[in-house]
Amino acid sequence: MASVSSALVPPVIDPAQWKLPDRGIIGIACLIITESALFSIFVVGYIFYIGKSLNGPYPKDVLHFPVLGTIALLSSSVTIVIAERALEHGRRALFQLWWIVTILLGAFFLGSTAMEWHQLIVNEHLTISTNLFGTTFYSLVGLHASHVIVGLLFLLLVGAVTLFGFPIETQKRRVMFLSWYWHFVDVVWIIVFTVVYIVGR
Amino acid sequence: MGSTDYPLDRQDAHQDVHQAIRPYVHSDKLSFSDALYVIVTTVDHKKLGLMYIVASLIFLVIAGLMASVMRLQLAFPNGHVVSPATFNRLFTMHGTTMVFLVGMPLLAGFANYLIPLMIGARDMAFPRLNAFGFWIFLFGGFLLYFSYVGGGGLQGAGSAPDVGWFAYSPLTERAFSRGLSTDYWTLGVLCSGIGSLASALNVIATVASMRCPGMTLSRMPMFVWLMLVDSWLILIALPPLSAAQIMLMLDRYLGAHFFDTQNGGSAILWQHFFWIFGHPEVYILIFPAFGILSEVIPIFSRKPIFGRPAMVAAAVAIGFISLSVWAHHMFAVGLDSASNIFFAAATMMVGVPTGIKIFNWLATMYGGKLIFRTPMLFCIAFLFQFLIAGLTGIMLGVTPFDWQLHDSYFVVAHFHFTLVGGFVFAIFAGMYYWFPKASGRMLSETLGKWHFWLMTVGFNLTFIPLHFVGMMGMPRRIYTYPYGRGWELWNFVASVGVVLQLAAVAIFVWNILQSLGRSDSERSGDDPWNAWTLEWATHSPPPEYNFEKIPVVYSSRPLWDLKHPEDPDWEFE
Amino acid sequence: MIGPVFCLMLQTRLAEHSVANIFDPRATPAATEKNLALFTFSITGGIFIVVAALLIFAIVRYRSRIPNDLEEPAQVYGSGKIELAWTVIPILIVFVLTGVTGRVIASIEDSPQPSSATHITLVGRQWWWEVHYPDFGIVTANEIHVPVSRSAQDHPTFFTLQSADVIHSFWVPQLSGKTDLIPNRDNHIWIDPREPGIYLGNCAEYCGTQHANMMLRVIVHPAGEFEKWAVAERTSFVPAAQSNPGRAVFESLACVNCHTVRGSVAAGRFGPDLTHLMRRQTIGAGVVPLTPKNLRDWVADPQEVKPGCLMPSMNLSNTELTQVVSYLEALK
Ligand code: HEA
Ligand code: HEA
Ligand code: HEC
Ligand code: CUA
Ligand SMILES: [Cu+2]
Repeated sequence: MASVSSALVPPVIDPAQWKLPDRGIIGIACLIITESALFSIFVVGYIFYIGKSLNGPYPKDVLHFPVLGTIALLSSSVTIVIAERALEHGRRALFQLWWIVTILLGAFFLGSTAMEWHQLIVNEHLTISTNLFGTTFYSLVGLHASHVIVGLLFLLLVGAVTLFGFPIETQKRRVMFLSWYWHFVDVVWIIVFTVVYIVGR
Repeated sequence: MGSTDYPLDRQDAHQDVHQAIRPYVHSDKLSFSDALYVIVTTVDHKKLGLMYIVASLIFLVIAGLMASVMRLQLAFPNGHVVSPATFNRLFTMHGTTMVFLVGMPLLAGFANYLIPLMIGARDMAFPRLNAFGFWIFLFGGFLLYFSYVGGGGLQGAGSAPDVGWFAYSPLTERAFSRGLSTDYWTLGVLCSGIGSLASALNVIATVASMRCPGMTLSRMPMFVWLMLVDSWLILIALPPLSAAQIMLMLDRYLGAHFFDTQNGGSAILWQHFFWIFGHPEVYILIFPAFGILSEVIPIFSRKPIFGRPAMVAAAVAIGFISLSVWAHHMFAVGLDSASNIFFAAATMMVGVPTGIKIFNWLATMYGGKLIFRTPMLFCIAFLFQFLIAGLTGIMLGVTPFDWQLHDSYFVVAHFHFTLVGGFVFAIFAGMYYWFPKASGRMLSETLGKWHFWLMTVGFNLTFIPLHFVGMMGMPRRIYTYPYGRGWELWNFVASVGVVLQLAAVAIFVWNILQSLGRSDSERSGDDPWNAWTLEWATHSPPPEYNFEKIPVVYSSRPLWDLKHPEDPDWEFE
Repeated sequence: MIGPVFCLMLQTRLAEHSVANIFDPRATPAATEKNLALFTFSITGGIFIVVAALLIFAIVRYRSRIPNDLEEPAQVYGSGKIELAWTVIPILIVFVLTGVTGRVIASIEDSPQPSSATHITLVGRQWWWEVHYPDFGIVTANEIHVPVSRSAQDHPTFFTLQSADVIHSFWVPQLSGKTDLIPNRDNHIWIDPREPGIYLGNCAEYCGTQHANMMLRVIVHPAGEFEKWAVAERTSFVPAAQSNPGRAVFESLACVNCHTVRGSVAAGRFGPDLTHLMRRQTIGAGVVPLTPKNLRDWVADPQEVKPGCLMPSMNLSNTELTQVVSYLEALK
């Protein structure tokens, strides 16, 4: 220690061996965490107001399981993984195919939500201002749907990039981040589905 | 020897330590339009950091002047300086500005400027996201202040929001808040919140993936640690506010009923959402202050921080506990006794890790050689004032006592002791400490001492009496009060204190301007405080790329190792 | 006739506690809160003295005495034992505080209601208080009359707190801590004032423009007097008012849309009940004392007296004003 007059030699650290997590991964993980916090408040709001509407229509009268849409969205999580695998193995055409399938499934989900809303608004006269059920239902489902829309736009962007022949192989990481986000949107739907269509009825 | 990896070789470092003044040649003067171009397009973390700090100082002066007008109105009973509506706008804008446009951007500014330098990186992880964060924050600020022009909507003259900084519903619903001022409040805060989220995400990614070789998490400077925990807290605690604000906008524009009590909505749901954000928010504001203290106190005590692992653990503990105490702002809404007891217990529990921090700073000073330069003075005042603030916080946490104190001036006194006596004092310490790094010049020590003493006396003069009027039954947010309730003297004293604070802040601004503007102001050299963390290993001001060569570190005090090769820190790690 | 007059005389005799210090309680809830406050004070005060002393000692003892001293002090990195000590001791303190707090919370919040209790429903409104006595069928405003109570079991008053618009908060520091009045929700508190007198309070939750002037007085009657007050208050408006020439003018104006004078056609609910207006001590929830001049100023232009309040300026002509005010002055 202090009695040693000559300088001590520090342990060797090789900068080449110094590996840290990828910043993109951290970034997307943080984004997902924040978004989860946002969604959980809307879910809490929904649960808080279950059964508190002063007037109808009530969920048990007007809500039907969105079976097809749900299946579509959940399977799109699978197809995007297949597409990713294909990209990994450099099979471009296969990647494009599954990517388009994913987009179509996502779009189908959105379409089924739109149909559901149309039916609720026109036939059941349930709007966001009708009662607390309307307020919380459209907000929660709408917040999710807006995330699906954002996800779809990015999926389309990637789709366009590959279809127009730009190299996608260099963008593997970004494709991966996008697919994480898509999985996240899927998981959120499972929660929304449970709360709105199972617990809430 | 193994130290050739250092950005400075040992000989250099030694010279820097003993060099008082090193002439520093400034780059050629920029024209105005060039400067503007640089400001708008830059993605450099140092420029953005300084832009954050300058913008928030401007907001500090604006909101401080608003506070001065409020104190003028309250100096005497039955005051007639401003109308009731104007007063309500003043405290709303004062509180909102101080929290969202002074506190949050100041911490973003310090984090942006310092973190890459402290962890030996060349920039933040996402420079463009960083610039986006700054601009959206500034846009949010403009939106808030634009309400003075546009707040009346089509109905009438402009008016700022008057719903208080926590904007309780249903006062914010269309039925009770006409015009657009509440919308400006909501959107302004929402935007600046997005900016805070962006910079929090950036800090986490930077700390996770940009540290220089050897900079393990356990070697990271305390400031970086606290900003890391802080950023996590932002990431988790800010979205509830954004969510609630989105709901509020749905209520106001689409006729939804989230907080609409006339249609079965709940009035206290907003309170829960707001304080789930709002309570962590106050710790979000104080963490950077803790970080600054943990850097400054060791340097001016000439000892390493006492109990580093405990300090880090305490910060993490505060972060966790602070997520479960929010309802202590709601003791008066009539929660059942079990919830009240739970939240009282959780609230007081925060005192434990906070105490650990205070005791560790004290222990750092014990056995040291304390040097009372301006930064250290501000830290010491912080310790006294934050101690008082924390203990009044404990009183508020004792539910039945809070039934008396809630929404009285006692609360106002409590939180100004934390926010001004704590946060602002720490920021001043940080300014005096890192100003030489950012500018290459020293701030005048004489003016610094004036600033310190005027601020300390003025601050205490203002806010100590407010505890008393609170206990004498004075509610907060009243634009005037009648004569004869025993509040006159204390209110008057409080208002006198503001004059001293005004002078103090003016001296501070003057100190900065004269140091930057005068050609003969004292040059600082690279390492004026004989410090130990990496930011002092590069030039002052640091070059665009921060470090000529990415440094390699072996301990939590790399410059100590460099300066004391016979007794390096890494020996003990 | 005798009752109201007696009440008026009585009120002027009652002591007014104008400084509402929380350390000068006159009812059980406030007294319990004060004791807990003193207990908390002594603990936090003790902590303050110890920590501040340590800090001052450090500043004095360890200040660097030699300028430009380059010798560094011994580098100490920490100590697990000390660290443990200053973690465990605060935890113990917190346990004690929590225990005591819990007991006091329960004793106030979960206190049983004796059958002798008086019931009041207090409704907060922007920016005044509506006071209902469901057991007596009385509605009045801004001044709450309650009986004195020698103990929590004697003649306590139990409140149901409600709001008609935004959130308000009931706070009379010498009687009890505050509880909010929240729309769509019933809150409950109780007081048992030990000493007759007038206790001042304020609305303690920001509720809009005139939050500052949403003041409140609790008038505690000596034993037996409260019932007399209640009997008198329950009557319709007094004969002198019924035959007042101003009555017709008042009833021809928009006043009746917002105000009630029991027994007359005026049955509005938006503003305070005026049936026994002149028995109150103040106008506009405490903004000015109730004097003939202030009353006239108020009716002439309430926006001058209480800017922003929800009673519009009525733009009465001078004669109308005189007549209406003379009618109001008859509402004893
Ligand atoms: C930087 C900001 C900051 C900080 C750090 C704190 C810290 C604390 N605050 Fe404060 N608080 C605010 C800012 C802050 N607060 C604001 C802005 C409001 C009002 C918002 C509004 O209404 O507008 C508020 C309001 C507020 C309330 C609500 C009051 C009301 O409206 O009725 C309460 C109630 O419990 C409270 C408690 C506490 C506690 C217990 C701490 C603790 O963290 C303090 C911990 C510190 C110590 C205890 C001292 C050091 C410890 C020791 C020496 C160890 C030994 C101690 C013990 C064993 C007790 N605060
Ligand atoms: C970081 C947060 C912060 C800071 C720093 C401050 C600083 C100050 N605050 Fe406040 N305050 C809040 C946060 C803060 N405040 C919040 C959140 C509220 C609650 C709002 C609500 O109820 O909704 C509040 C409310 C509040 C109230 C209560 C209002 C009410 O309830 O009715 C009062 C009253 O005294 C007050 C006073 C002050 C004063 C005197 C200062 C002083 O310390 C200010 C000192 C600064 C200056 C005096 C400015 C100096 C300016 C110059 C020197 C100009 C120089 C000239 C040029 C260069 C042109 N503040
Ligand atoms: C639009 C509704 C409205 C109309 C019309 C109206 N008032 Fe009022 N009045 C109020 C409200 C609301 C208050 C309570 C104001 C406050 O304290 O903030 C009030 C308060 C009063 C008070 C004070 C009561 C008290 O105990 O403090 C008097 C007296 C009064 N009004 C008389 C009148 C007279 C006389 C008229 C007609 C010339 C009238 N008001 C017309 C709404 C109205
Ligand atoms: Cu009612 Cu404030
Ligand atoms: Cu809090």
